[in-house]
Amino acid sequence: MSSYRIQGATGEWEVVIGLEVHAQVTSKAKLFSGASTAFGAEPNSQVSLVDAAMPGMLPVPNRECIRQAVRTGMAIEAEINKYSRFDRKNYFYADLPQGYQISQLYHPIVGEGSLHIEADEKAGIPEDKVIGIERIHVEQDAGKLMHDQHPTMSYVDLNRSGVALMEIVSKPDMRSPAEAGAYVRKLRSILRYVGSCDGNMEEGSMRADVNVSVRKPGEPFGTRTETKNVNSVRFVMQVIEYEANRQVDVLENGGSVDQETRLFDPNTGTTRTMRSKEDAHDYRYFPDPDLLPLELEDGFLDECRASLPELPDAKRARYETELGLTPYNARELTAEVETFARFETLLAATAKGIGKPEAEVATQVANWALSVAPGVMKSLGEEANPAHATAEAQASILDMQAKGEISGGQAKEIYEIVLKTGRDPGEIADSEGLKQVSDTGAIETAIDQIIANNEDKVAEYRGGKDKLFGFFVGQTMKAMQGKANPAVVNQILKDKLG
Amino acid sequence: MTELTNLGVKAIRDGVAGGDFTAREVAEAFNTAVAEAAELNAFIVTTPDHALAAADAVDAKRARGEALGAMGGVPIGMKDLFATRGVQTSAASHILEGFKPEYESTVSQNLWDAGAGMLGKLNLDQFAMGSSNETSYFGNVVSPWRKAGGANTDMSPGGSSGGSSSAVAARIAPAATGTDTGGSIRQPAAFTGICGIKPTYGRCSRWGVVAFASSLDQAGPMARSVEDCAIMLEAMAGFDPKDATSLDMPVPDWEAALSADLKGKKIGIPKEYRMDGTDEEILKSWEQGKEWLRDAGAEIVDVSLPHTKYALPAYYIVAPAEASSNLARYDGVRYGLRDLPDGAGLQDMYAATRAAGFGDEVKRRILIGTYVLSAGFYDAYYTQAQKIRTLVAQDFANAFGQCDAILAPTTPTASFPLNSLNEDPLTMYLNDVFAVPASLAGLPAMSVPAMLNSDGLPLGLQVVGKPFDEQGVLDVGLAIQQRAEFEAKPEKWW
Repeated sequence: MSSYRIQGATGEWEVVIGLEVHAQVTSKAKLFSGASTAFGAEPNSQVSLVDAAMPGMLPVPNRECIRQAVRTGMAIEAEINKYSRFDRKNYFYADLPQGYQISQLYHPIVGEGSLHIEADEKAGIPEDKVIGIERIHVEQDAGKLMHDQHPTMSYVDLNRSGVALMEIVSKPDMRSPAEAGAYVRKLRSILRYVGSCDGNMEEGSMRADVNVSVRKPGEPFGTRTETKNVNSVRFVMQVIEYEANRQVDVLENGGSVDQETRLFDPNTGTTRTMRSKEDAHDYRYFPDPDLLPLELEDGFLDECRASLPELPDAKRARYETELGLTPYNARELTAEVETFARFETLLAATAKGIGKPEAEVATQVANWALSVAPGVMKSLGEEANPAHATAEAQASILDMQAKGEISGGQAKEIYEIVLKTGRDPGEIADSEGLKQVSDTGAIETAIDQIIANNEDKVAEYRGGKDKLFGFFVGQTMKAMQGKANPAVVNQILKDKLG
Repeated sequence: MTELTNLGVKAIRDGVAGGDFTAREVAEAFNTAVAEAAELNAFIVTTPDHALAAADAVDAKRARGEALGAMGGVPIGMKDLFATRGVQTSAASHILEGFKPEYESTVSQNLWDAGAGMLGKLNLDQFAMGSSNETSYFGNVVSPWRKAGGANTDMSPGGSSGGSSSAVAARIAPAATGTDTGGSIRQPAAFTGICGIKPTYGRCSRWGVVAFASSLDQAGPMARSVEDCAIMLEAMAGFDPKDATSLDMPVPDWEAALSADLKGKKIGIPKEYRMDGTDEEILKSWEQGKEWLRDAGAEIVDVSLPHTKYALPAYYIVAPAEASSNLARYDGVRYGLRDLPDGAGLQDMYAATRAAGFGDEVKRRILIGTYVLSAGFYDAYYTQAQKIRTLVAQDFANAFGQCDAILAPTTPTASFPLNSLNEDPLTMYLNDVFAVPASLAGLPAMSVPAMLNSDGLPLGLQVVGKPFDEQGVLDVGLAIQQRAEFEAKPEKWW
């Protein structure tokens, strides 16, 4: 087993990582107001009286946001707290109209859970690992300040103010950038399966606070730093790499690590101090007196549980055991919602078209979905119209291939035309001559001709030079202009050559 | 014809409905009385046109033969803590001076829907923080009452709903809204010889009411009779999905069910309310109150509320803690006052705006609240105070095992001269010692005038009821009212 270690002057160091992931809850309205949450609207066009903290305005919890947090908790097999409460986190900032953020400090809605990451030797994860999750709580997002609109003033956009976030807090269970990367990817995948967060890191729907400390293996935890608002998997890994090495340098030069909040600069790949522990706010948390405790009823929990889809781990296991896919294919197909959705649609259509159980065509469909189809799409680049990549069209190609009507090469060619034009695959195969000849008469005629023209080679073959079989196949295919069904060619050649 | 301004809610509503006079005549009479009473400083803003428009709408309805509503034709005063669309809503503060909301509070909307009109926005202690109406940015309200032989000293109308109490006592409004966080309806009602009820927490929506302490704030009516309070509370109350702490219960027809017959009822007398320093005449009025209730058929029983003495200190932790957070939104960024000194950054703007925008008492409570919530002090103060709050509520629950309602004085003293207590905040805070426990427990509680003291100043009696039992409170209040026959009114000097 190879562990991630930092080689310092004084020996090896182990890195300890915990992540707080902020995930925007997928819901039409904000956590405590009816204002819209759509991304990219005109500044301050999605702000209710509550979001702007007008005098006398009151928060009312949005049931859908609570539901999504509970479903997420269930998806990571966490304890769901039937009693939870909202607290106010008090601080002044121009993007925080109320002067406090409504969050859950003392009684979060979701308690301890866990998440599995899979071994990936190439990525540096030697074995499967379970990462503990401490809690999930729901809270309000803040607004946004814009400093580039005016020479001396800052502008405030409150569209995000009050949008519901889930804060998913891991335990300090990760030991390498690769594990942290795998954790974020897996968490993102689960959130997207559940539909509780779109996982769009570019739009800020998901971002991580990265806690890093180092220690000599076997020693107690070191002092950690927290790097805020890191918004891609790659950056999370960069932060860890940089922070761990920086901390080792500090410690080996006789210094000590300050417990502080840091910022990541994606341009340089480095982190810098944002505020030290001494400057830390006293947030004066206390229960929000505008809100009653949340008490979840069994019926609500049952509904949440019943609404959960098949989750990545279960789906992957099923793909291997029931569909007979390789572990690699199963993992690749289940990583993203879009991928498995496309695969399952295509699998169903193909199985139906061919008239065989899904398990019998799954490998063919998986290979197509994972390598053939994306390869064609990629090679066409701009020329491909993704709208033409329908399940029906692809299923029809796979159907023809399974029946031996077209070869693998022809399947690709047909699919290219489909992607460019949207034409029907069957029609393309007919009109473009992209069909294999399985007509034994035509193939026999061609083979008879070849045998007649190559009597010397036939004699050699019959004399024991088996390798010449390939020569005959090649000649036949050439004569058939590449359109003969190889299986039929093989069979007839074997019969005739004896 | 009766002078219209002497009429209360019920008399006006019934008179308008019966055609004895028009709603417009009533509105005009009160608009005039308001205009003539500027010396009381009861109103921050007057809205005669609002009162007239509402009156005309009621008169038009009557002409069409339509129902006029529970408050049809009654012009009222609106405490300036309720957001009123297009009309300055200041909470008597500089920081909200000139703020005109684009929304209407649920309670005020309910009143307009019931046919009431608005005479104006009533003065109050700034952000409802005070017991004498001396913390208003717009100057103190003066009580219409004067001490007998008191050399015309201006007296406090109580607080924080001091504009409401002064206006109703002076007959420049037949009724007014109040809010009660730790006695802000009951204490001013007692000081000015009128009735006021704080319903069970959650009966009246807090939506659109400028928040002081969210877990305590409750709106309620202030009027000159128990019946008027019943009518107006019915119009104000009701479930509001916009307030997560609103009670999802039907509003009973309190007016119709009013009964002063207390046969079979037990009235509890809490022994802990007999405190050192309580005025002898107050104690006498309490004794008198017991007699009246006995006369109404009730049995008087002794009860104990052992944690009473901790209630006031706990209140002065919980209420400022919530206030310190609730008032954080007044930061000069989005509305209200903004003080932006030259070259100032964001933090400087906050400091300058809040320094200029808040009065001393508001700052004092923000400081107290910030302190008690701070790391290292939270458990010692806030957590302890919440435990006391639970114990106080438990005290009442135990007492209500032995009685149906509790009778106590509303205040430890009668009204005091303006500017006599403001050097000593603690003495001022003590004025709410009898009012605060019911607030902490969220119970319905009412003050009803009992008598005048030897200085010719009104004294009130307080009735505290079980949760949701406003009816029981109003019934006991009615029994007192019928026996006290409190007819005294301040002599007009303004």
